[in-house]
Amino acid sequence: MQLEYQVNSGDFANAGKVSSEIKKILKQLSFSTSHIKRIVVALYEAEVNVVAHSYGGSVSCHIAPDKVRLDVIDTGPGIADVELAMTEGWSTATQEVREMGFGAGMGLSNIKKNCDYMSIDSGKDKPTHMTLIFEV
Amino acid sequence: MKLSDVVQIVNGTVLCGEENLEREVLLGFSSDLMSDVLTLLADDILLITGLSNNQAIRTAEMSDISHILFVRDKVPTPTMISLAEEHNITLITTPYSMFRSSGLLFKHGLDPVY
Repeated sequence: MQLEYQVNSGDFANAGKVSSEIKKILKQLSFSTSHIKRIVVALYEAEVNVVAHSYGGSVSCHIAPDKVRLDVIDTGPGIADVELAMTEGWSTATQEVREMGFGAGMGLSNIKKNCDYMSIDSGKDKPTHMTLIFEV
Repeated sequence: MKLSDVVQIVNGTVLCGEENLEREVLLGFSSDLMSDVLTLLADDILLITGLSNNQAIRTAEMSDISHILFVRDKVPTPTMISLAEEHNITLITTPYSMFRSSGLLFKHGLDPVY
């Protein structure tokens, strides 16, 4: 099953809507609650990142019986130093993002903890493409 | 303790999810930082927060948290309440501070996550 969603930049009112939709579908497909939680927590963090830090993007979700693959792709402005961005506590979040309860530099490391495979392809002034794979 | 005990201890008002007041709550976690809440492995905790926006409800939804206590009389918006109702999340508000609420609930036997 392949699902596609748009995520709009700065749309904090709807941040989490895609994760919510995907959670609903995973529940309908009877995945275990622990697998669903890992997937949607990681996706929600990634979705908030697209809303908070990018010009907008998309989420592709491929669901197979034994794995779930998420591709979170935005249109920039990119992460200049991905390794640095993965450091817990490092953040470029604005005050607005912090007021939403995020921006403490915990998101990427929490995403990594919840998935079985993670890759980030990005760079300064480039789109960011995050791939997450979950064995279920 | 039961959720109804939580309401009584913090002098709370239930905003939605009255039908869940007989549920047992074993653990509490106080935070305004949703990223921290999203790292919790435990299910079905009581989230005690002063953060009153959609992200508090979404975070609870993703983390399988079914009860939120808003401190210092923070009033959730109608959008937040309808989002919580959609996901069967009970919302309670208290005039007490996060410190006082957490202290009272701890004293009455609500265990911390850490």
